[in-house]
This record gives sequence, C-alpha cells and structure tokens, in this order.
Amino acid sequence: MIQQENMTIISHRSIAKDIYELILQGSLTKQMTSPGQFVHIRVTSGSDPLLRRPISICSIDQENGQFTMLYRVSGSGTRVLSEQAAGATVNVLGPLGNGFPVEYLTSGQKALLIGGGIGVPPLYELSKRLTERGIEVTHVLGFQQKDAVFYQDRFEELGKTHIATADGSHGTKGFVTDVIEKLSIEADAYFTCGPSPMLKAVEQSMPEVDGFISMEQRMGCGVGACLACVCQVQGDETGLAYKKVCTDGPVFQSGEVVV
Amino acid sequence: MSRLSVELPGLTLKNPIMPASGCFGFGKEYSRFYDLSELGAIMIKATTKEPRFGNATPRVAETASGMLNAIGLQNPGLAHVMENELKWLEQFDVPLIANVAGSTVEDYIEVSEVISTAPNVKALELNISCPNVKHGGIAFGTDPAVARELTKRVKQVSSVPVYVKLSPNVSSIVEMAKACEEGGADGLTMINTLVGMRLDHKTGKPVIANRTGGLSGPAIKPVALRMVYEVSQVTSLPIIAMGGIQDEYDVIDFISAGASAAAVGTANFVDPLVCPSIIEKLDQLLQSWGIDHIHDLKGRSWNNAGEAAYHRA
Ligand SMILES: Cc1cc2nc3c(=O)[nH]c(=O)nc-3n(C[C@H](O)[C@H](O)[C@H](O)COP(=O)(O)OP(=O)(O)OC[C@H]3O[C@@H](n4cnc5c(N)ncnc54)[C@H](O)[C@@H]3O)c2cc1C
Ligand SMILES: Cc1cc2nc3c(=O)[nH]c(=O)nc-3n(C[C@H](O)[C@H](O)[C@H](O)COP(=O)(O)O)c2cc1C
Ligand code: FES
Repeated sequence: MIQQENMTIISHRSIAKDIYELILQGSLTKQMTSPGQFVHIRVTSGSDPLLRRPISICSIDQENGQFTMLYRVSGSGTRVLSEQAAGATVNVLGPLGNGFPVEYLTSGQKALLIGGGIGVPPLYELSKRLTERGIEVTHVLGFQQKDAVFYQDRFEELGKTHIATADGSHGTKGFVTDVIEKLSIEADAYFTCGPSPMLKAVEQSMPEVDGFISMEQRMGCGVGACLACVCQVQGDETGLAYKKVCTDGPVFQSGEVVV
Repeated sequence: MSRLSVELPGLTLKNPIMPASGCFGFGKEYSRFYDLSELGAIMIKATTKEPRFGNATPRVAETASGMLNAIGLQNPGLAHVMENELKWLEQFDVPLIANVAGSTVEDYIEVSEVISTAPNVKALELNISCPNVKHGGIAFGTDPAVARELTKRVKQVSSVPVYVKLSPNVSSIVEMAKACEEGGADGLTMINTLVGMRLDHKTGKPVIANRTGGLSGPAIKPVALRMVYEVSQVTSLPIIAMGGIQDEYDVIDFISAGASAAAVGTANFVDPLVCPSIIEKLDQLLQSWGIDHIHDLKGRSWNNAGEAAYHRA
C-alpha cells in the first residue's frame, strides 16, 4: 500500500557542497523495506514549485521510525526543501518503486556497488543489507570534485571503497568505469545508480556480470498513472513495449531496458 | 450528499468531481489510495485504435505553478482497453467517460462505435485538442467545420452521449463550441492544455524531447475560467470544466463561471487524494454557506450586459 504522510524533520544538515542530509520520522518508515525504493516529496503546500521531487531512500532506521535521504540542491524545489529546519514537517509519498534485490546474492559472494553523484545515496542502505547477509561488498563511487564527496567513511565501514573524481581532486582521476577497469574488480553481481551516461558505461563495461541498474527519469505522478517516466525495453522490435521507471523500476536488471 | 448530485446527458453523478483524462490512467494506480466509487465519474486515458508508444522522454517539465507534458497519447489500444481496463473498472460503482483520440475521422468513428458499447462507459469525450492529431494539415480542434463534421459522424455511431473536449489554442473558443453544438454534441469538456515551451538555460534547447508541450496546472486556471464563462453563455450545452483545479474553491469558481461539473488533472500528481478531499470539502463548504444544491451557484458570474456585448461582437 502507498501512503502519504507529513513526516517530522529530526535533523537537516549540509554534508558536502550543495549536498544535504535529511532525517525524517513518521509511521511511513514501517513501509520501507527495500533499498533502492524512493519517496516523492512535496516541498511546499503552495503551488510553486508544483510537482513533487523523487528522492531515494538512503538509510532506514526501523527502531526509531526514521529514514535518511541525501539530496543535492540543484533547482527551485530542492532549494525550498533545504530551507526547512528541524521540527518542521515534509509531505512524503511512498515508499515507491521496486528496489535492489538483496537476496540475489548469498553469503560469501561478492557484490560491486557503483554510484555516481546523487546516485550514491541508495547504495548505502543496500550495502548495509548485503553486508548483513555476509556478502563481500566493494564500492566504487564517483563525484565531480573533492568538495562534493560524501559518506566516504560510512561506506568504508561496510567494505572496500574507491573514490573517483572527474577532476582528480580526490581519489582516482576519471570515471567509475576507469577505476573498475584499472583494479580489475571481480564480482558476482553489480548494483549501480547514477546519471544515465555512467549507467550506460557500466552496463557496457561488464556484459558478462549480472547487474541491477537504478534508472533516473523526469516524473509526474510517481505512481504509474501519467506515463511521464517511461523507458524502452531492450530488444523490443514492435517499438511499443515500455517500462515505467516509477513503478516497474527504478531498479531494472541489466539488459532489461534501454539505459 | 444530495447537494452535490448532478444529472448530465448520459451521466448520473453522485458529485460533480472527476479526474481528468490522462492524469489518472485507467484508475488502477489511484485505487491503491481510495475507493474509486467515491468519484463522480472517471475520464479515462485517451484511447486510440492501435496501441501507441507516445513521444520520447523527457515528456514533462515543470513551469511556474504548472507543468508541460508531451506524453503523446500513449495507450494500449482499443482492444486491450476494452478487454482489460474497462472490465477491471466494472468492480466500481462509477460512470466512465471514454476519451477518444485518433489520426483520421475513421479512427474516431471506429473507436467511438466500439468503446461506447462497454457497459460502464456512459459518455464519450472526443479529444480533438491534442496537438499531435492532424487532419489534412489542420488539427481537428482548431477548424470549426472539421470539428462539426467529426462530431456529427461520431454521434451517428455512438451508443452514448458525446462530449467534445475543446482546445484553448484557438482564436475563438466560442466558434468552436458552437460548431460542436451544431454537430450534435451533447456536452463540452474544457479546457485541454495550452501549447508551451521551456528551455534549458545552459544549452538553450527545449527541455521536452517533443520541443513543445501542453501547459496544465494552476497557471492555466484564469484562461480556463474565462473560456468557460464565455462558452457557457452562448451555448446550451453542459460543460465539464478543467484547468488548474486544486481545491473546492476552484470548483466553485468554475460552477460560478457556468460549468455543470469539474475535472481535476495535474493536481492528482501533487496530492493523490485530491479528488476525494475536494468532494468532502465542497459538501462542507456548501453546507456552511447554506446552499441547497451546487447548481444554485451556476453561472453566478454572468452579467447580462456582458452577455449582450458578447453577442454583438
Ligand atoms: C528514482 C529517483 C531517485 C532519485 N534520488 C535522488 C537522491 O537520492 N538525491 C538527489 O539529490 N536526487 C535524486 N534524484 C534526482 C532528483 O529527483 C532531482 O535532482 C530533483 O528532482 C531536482 O529538483 P530541483 O527542484 O532541484 O530541480 P528543478 O530543476 O527545479 O526541477 C524541475 C523539475 O525537473 C525534475 N528533475 C530535475 N532534475 C531531475 C533529475 N535528475 N531526475 C529526475 N527529475 C528531475 C524535478 O523533479 C522537477 O519536476 C532522484 C531521481 C529519481 C528519478
Ligand atoms: C500528463 C497529462 C496527460 C494528459 N493526457 C490527456 C489525454 O490523454 N487526453 C486528454 O483529453 N487530455 C489529456 N490531458 C489534459 C487534461 O485532461 C486536462 O485537460 C488539462 O491537464 C487541464 O487540467 P489540469 O490543469 O487540472 O491538469 C493530459 C494532461 C496531463 C498533465
Ligand atoms: S511518473 Fe507518472 S507514470 Fe511514472
């Protein structure tokens, strides 16, 4: 069942350049079961900005009924959101979509988690779940530059963590795929989230490895009704087959949809 | 709830509130939020003869108090809609208004003839206002003669009353409305989206893959209100109004402008519970105002001097 709730801000702080960590509390947390799912946030009760903003669930704390999201201020909606202080409420619709299949791997197997920019957050809860199951996790995280890097220490607590920055100001200079190639990291499956060009490069660089890809798309409703967020199905010759990122995804198996 | 019940051609409505076409799919998604039987009616997603994939993405972009969309009439096609979506909707006690689209007159006729036989389809809504629908280079929705002829032809084959959905992208909406009335329409629905654009500041390129899209949401309400006000005074057809409705006060405005019922589009994306919420609050509001029936407010905005001036124009 999907619900919406005015959730209370427990903590809200800047953790890197333009990146905020927002912790919300409310009964909706109970519904959050799968890493990679997202919530649809209404940043104002007025009509501008009008649409909700899709943001991934980064970390779930069932004990306290809280969840964390990390977001980058990039436009009008996230700017308004960033001005909300602890104690205020945020209208949250969710959890939405299908997350990463944690049960795909078993104890002793190896997982490679590849994130880019604001695609990194959902990998954190995923990594916690995988390591809990005894799966060996390696993270490769890409950022624009040093001051945009976040959660490096948290990922390091869970497994090997390699950072790449586009300008070389931190970690390896280049893209996440450069790191994977250079270190020839082996994995039984990869899990990835980030900008489309990165997802495409990742899928192409590891054709023989099973992968799960979290897609990004502009959304309207977020619940499957408006058909704003569709993507094409790989190998479809009719030109008619499609998947909705909001309800069929955002996570798809590699080879399923056109990245 | 009797102060909200409304009778329109083909439609016995518990209340005058319904989701607008394309903003509610075929109801399945929103049935996870509330019982669809609470709604006055449902305007289902545009249905064409053959399945359509629609346009490339991005298909939506936000604008000041509104949004642009260029979905491109994506739908699973007539046969699938008949066998699956409409059948599924039979479990609810709610009349359906089937939004019909096509590329040729024959397409409209074929879809209308078949879809109007579904037991829960109580009326058709001819979508002649989608920018992608072309006929001999002229959109159905912008040429009064073409709209009149199409309405007439569809009326001949439809088993249920026919409403025509008007486009605001015309120089005279009144002329279009009159043409549809002459063609035998049973009612009008208005307005569809206004063609607009948004550019990416950095690249200077359109944000929407289709380059242009249809503007909807609160931003278009003043335009919709003005058009309902004008059309309702020069035709005798009932109007189901839409354009930026978000709350019970917006509904009251459209009824005051001359509409008989109201549809909610974009606001469903902002608040999935907006329709049941409006229904409840509208009833409470009328009660607190001491109004016995919503139609007691119908056409309050009309002013006879204004109307006379209009006829002279
Ligand atoms: C499933 C999913 C999960 C996401 N998770 C996160 C996350 O955890 N952290 C984070 O910072 N960002 C995330 N994003 C991207 C985030 O939705 C956008 O950055 C955000 O909507 C931008 O809003 P704005 O007000 O800053 O920008 P504006 O430019 O004002 O936005 C205008 C419109 O475009 C949409 N839009 C703009 N950029 C994007 C984008 N990249 N993807 C989708 N829609 C966009 C907005 O939702 C809005 O409707 C996610 C996107 C998706 C689809
Ligand atoms: C995403 C989206 C899809 C739409 N699809 C259709 C459609 O298939 N057929 C149609 O007649 N109108 C369609 N419309 C127009 C709406 O039904 C409505 O006329 C318009 O959006 C104005 O109402 P609103 O401001 O409440 O959204 C669509 C609108 C949106 C936003
Ligand atoms: S956002 Fe509306 S269908 Fe996915």
